[in-house]
Amino acid sequence: MALTTTDFDTIAAISTPPGEGGISIVRISGDDAIKVADKLYRGKNLDKVASNTINYGHIIDPETGEEADEVMVSVMRAPHTYTKENLIEINCHGGIVATNKVLQLVLSNGARMAEPGEFTKRAFLNGRIDLSQSEAVMDLIEAKTDRSMKAAISQLDGNLSHLIKHLRKDILDVLAQVEVNIDYPEYDDVETMTSKLLREKAKDVHARIVQLLKTAKQGKILRDGLATSIIGRPNVGKSSLLNNLLHEDKAIVTDVPGTTRDVLEEYVNVRGVPLKLVDTAGIRKTTNKVEKIGVERSKKAIQSSDLVLLVLNASEELTDEDRELIKATSGKKRIIILNKTDLPLKLDIAQVNGLTNGDKVIQAAAIKDDGLKDLEEQIAKMFFEEGIENSQNDVMVTNARHIGLLNKAKQALEDVLKGLDDGMPVDLVQIDMTRCWDFLGEITGDSYQDELIDQLFSQFCLGK
Amino acid sequence: MKSLVVSDVKQKYHAKDYDVIVVGAGHAGCEAALAAARMGNKTLILTINLEMVAFMPCNPSVGGPAKGTVVREVDALGGEMGKNIDKTYIQMRLLNTGKGPAVQALRAQADKHAYHAEMKDTLEKQSNLTLRQAIVNDIIVEDGVCKGVVTNTGAIYHSKTVVLAVGTAARGKIIIGELMYASGPNNTQPAEKLTVNLKNRGFDIERFKTGTPPRVDGTTIDYSKTEEQPGDEKPQHFSFETSDDDYISPKDQLSCWLTYTNEKTHAIIRKNLDRAPMFTGVIEGVGPRYCPSIEDKIVRFADKKRHQLFLEPEGRHTEEWYVDGLSTSMPEEVQQQMVHSVAGLENAEMMRPGYAIEYDVVAPYQLKANLETKMVKNLYTAGQTNGTSGYEEAAGQGIMAGINAGRRALGKGDFILKRNEAYIGVLIDDLVTKGTKEPYRLLTSRAEYRLLLRNDNADMRLTEKGHEIGLISDERYQKFLEKKKAIEMEISRLKQIRIKPSDAVNKFVEAHGDKPLQDGIIAAVFLRRPYVNYQTLLQFIPAPEEELNNRVIEQIEIRTKYAGYIAKAEAQVAKMKKMEAKAIPEGIDYSAIEGIATEARQKLAKIQPTTIAQASRISGVNPADIAVLDVYIQQGRIAKVESNRKGA
Repeated sequence: MALTTTDFDTIAAISTPPGEGGISIVRISGDDAIKVADKLYRGKNLDKVASNTINYGHIIDPETGEEADEVMVSVMRAPHTYTKENLIEINCHGGIVATNKVLQLVLSNGARMAEPGEFTKRAFLNGRIDLSQSEAVMDLIEAKTDRSMKAAISQLDGNLSHLIKHLRKDILDVLAQVEVNIDYPEYDDVETMTSKLLREKAKDVHARIVQLLKTAKQGKILRDGLATSIIGRPNVGKSSLLNNLLHEDKAIVTDVPGTTRDVLEEYVNVRGVPLKLVDTAGIRKTTNKVEKIGVERSKKAIQSSDLVLLVLNASEELTDEDRELIKATSGKKRIIILNKTDLPLKLDIAQVNGLTNGDKVIQAAAIKDDGLKDLEEQIAKMFFEEGIENSQNDVMVTNARHIGLLNKAKQALEDVLKGLDDGMPVDLVQIDMTRCWDFLGEITGDSYQDELIDQLFSQFCLGK
Repeated sequence: MKSLVVSDVKQKYHAKDYDVIVVGAGHAGCEAALAAARMGNKTLILTINLEMVAFMPCNPSVGGPAKGTVVREVDALGGEMGKNIDKTYIQMRLLNTGKGPAVQALRAQADKHAYHAEMKDTLEKQSNLTLRQAIVNDIIVEDGVCKGVVTNTGAIYHSKTVVLAVGTAARGKIIIGELMYASGPNNTQPAEKLTVNLKNRGFDIERFKTGTPPRVDGTTIDYSKTEEQPGDEKPQHFSFETSDDDYISPKDQLSCWLTYTNEKTHAIIRKNLDRAPMFTGVIEGVGPRYCPSIEDKIVRFADKKRHQLFLEPEGRHTEEWYVDGLSTSMPEEVQQQMVHSVAGLENAEMMRPGYAIEYDVVAPYQLKANLETKMVKNLYTAGQTNGTSGYEEAAGQGIMAGINAGRRALGKGDFILKRNEAYIGVLIDDLVTKGTKEPYRLLTSRAEYRLLLRNDNADMRLTEKGHEIGLISDERYQKFLEKKKAIEMEISRLKQIRIKPSDAVNKFVEAHGDKPLQDGIIAAVFLRRPYVNYQTLLQFIPAPEEELNNRVIEQIEIRTKYAGYIAKAEAQVAKMKKMEAKAIPEGIDYSAIEGIATEARQKLAKIQPTTIAQASRISGVNPADIAVLDVYIQQGRIAKVESNRKGA
């Protein structure tokens, strides 16, 4: 008899982002998921309800009989669930305190707190999704805006896999031809894979990978957000810019667990581009305490940013500190904002233009309404210059691992071309072609070797 | 007239005891027996027919891409194939000379009769080794351990270990058109009982098929209508011990001749497809894709107007010629028409018809990496018995099975070559990890590290191991060390010498269309340029103290010129070794790991890989499955089979 220790225990977590929301969901997965929920649930007998049903009722503390929340409970039975295990989702309505209470009850009645990403890990371990899909799911969960979501969903559907498989197929054709020339040297039936042919193929594949990588920069921004810092002397209007950017629904606040509010990351959705605002705490502090931000601190923020919004006060002359900040941001993508243009102009705009090498300068009384629109337009243009609409149908590479591998594949092709330039024999140069193929295969999770041999025999008529 | 009366022996007798018994004296069996005997084991080698020792029932040739490298590997391990062909070849050619060093391949036409006679003589003269004619009917197994063999004459031979290398004799059946009869290769007696008994003992036995073309009388060939393919001028040998002085001058070598099939040949074949055993369903064995019969080629590649045929001499003292490319099992009269339709063969007399042969194979997933069967301890199998094809593949397995059976008999540990160490390692790992659905042929494309597994460096890779095993003499080992030292010293010298941009150098550089040197250049770096070789380099730098021979120079050039690529291949090996280091615990119940796809689960359970790397090479096991397996192992979530194995 087999000692099966493979049964997973039952896990639970709050699956919606922390914070105040209309509803929040406590998810339970595992063999005992339904049993655990049933213990706490007052309503129908969850063990008897059909799979994929939503049931109205209340969560109560079984010890005290006290009501914790009014809920809707989704019951999904194995194996046709996300994790392939029994799955319960409790839709809580009573805000964060009530949700936490529900989770506490679930945890004290037979479930364990899930580790980050553990639901997806189970979906993967239980064979529900493959590696590349599980990567996509993680991206999807972390998607910051709709557009990020679209990119992740497209990957989940396998668009990227499809494209990569196409590339690999073309490389495989080349490899098979090289191999057949080696293994059947006396055979005149197969066209010899000459360096000229190989060069053409390598260039072709290279161009296609470069194309794909172009989307990567945008993809990364969509996925991780565009690290943006707002820089400027005290009292130039940084905090009002921040507040205007954050107004209404635009703010997405994620609290990184176990840390103080100081490293809070705030996201702003600017026309689908998620801006990740760096060091907002620093800006806020100045409004509270009127504490001067050191230039050093600004420089640190600049370093970790993809985009710098440099705010200058138009009603004052350029100070040394302004100049220093202009200098410190010169290597970065930046937008200069001349604030307080409603006050008498004292700043020499021509001088600013001269110092900023023609980087975009936006003028505004206070950064809202038209000024804000201007700014948003400018940001979108800066990072999606080729137009966002066009890229929507195409595959967008968003995952850092994929980007890394694509870069390696590209480098391998460049090695192919260099080898050919150096007059290396085709069968040696082919090593880099194979490496390129392997790197691409790592993205989709395909193996090789056997494929090559099958290709060899299906395509060519051979026989010694 | 009364029908022929035959009968089996009524009584068995106890014959001698040995350390190692090798069943079969083909290319695998000979290497196995020689290795075991040379390691100091009292060894017996049995063959159905003494005239069939190291016989070549198909191509009269040795070597070629990947295969030629295997011959050199066998030689570097102290095997015989390389020496034997060096003594008996009638033509030598280096193939792929226009390509890189990793894929250059030596190929020799053999005098098949001399090859057989020479090997038989070697076996006979080998101390510790007895060569005997007998058909083995069964193995002796006690408590799951192999203890010897039983022959058709009733002899019981006991031994510590047994190697089975029985080739196509295993329930062999020859097919020529509608004619079918029980036969081993070349119309010899088949071994009809051994594999039946193996099957009864629980082995998974499969049926494979291979074939051979007709032979024609050379005096009736019109060579003027064909194209000559002579041997090479430059001396080449398989064995690292053979001297250049022994090279047969090209004028004394025999040529091969190239001709083609044509539309007429194809029409004859198409017209008679209803009589082709390949297509009428009488052949149940699976044939090789890489060496298809001519009828198979014409059906599968219908748009091809012609196929190459090489006419190859079978020896110096025969007029039999082998028609390479015309392997067939068509009826004899159809074969005759096919032959006569070919340019140069219009009046050729067919001496033997081509035939297909079906035979039994021990499905190789039942083997461990040491070529021992998983089910019966101390029983090893090699060669065509394991589903391979080709003399070289057989020899490579033969020497490994012989070494391992011999070491077991001596109480020593297993000897296993890895994929990055030898083509032999690739071959055996493929067999035991992936199994094979058709006769397996080694191809350079099967070796992912082929730049490291070169034809030229087999001695560098394996001589040390051969010496440790005891198959390479101290004297040969000493020579090898000297060669190694000479290479290393000269490479390090070249790395230190700076060539000044003199007029002479720049004249030379510019003559090759390159820009003149501005500064000096390190000699080793200069050597990397495509138009520079070691000899030209010596024009600009002082010669080394001792003159270097061609083999040393070859290594210096290859290692310097292709250093970048070699480094890449080595990086890949390092990556693989990491996966190789991840051991899979024994006796996993794969059926309990749900995340692994069904097909992969079945394959893993069947093959029982020992490392993650090996598991990843099993076809049908995808990286996603490996990832799951890896995670399970790391988390210790392994479901183990309780150790209540049968028979223990």
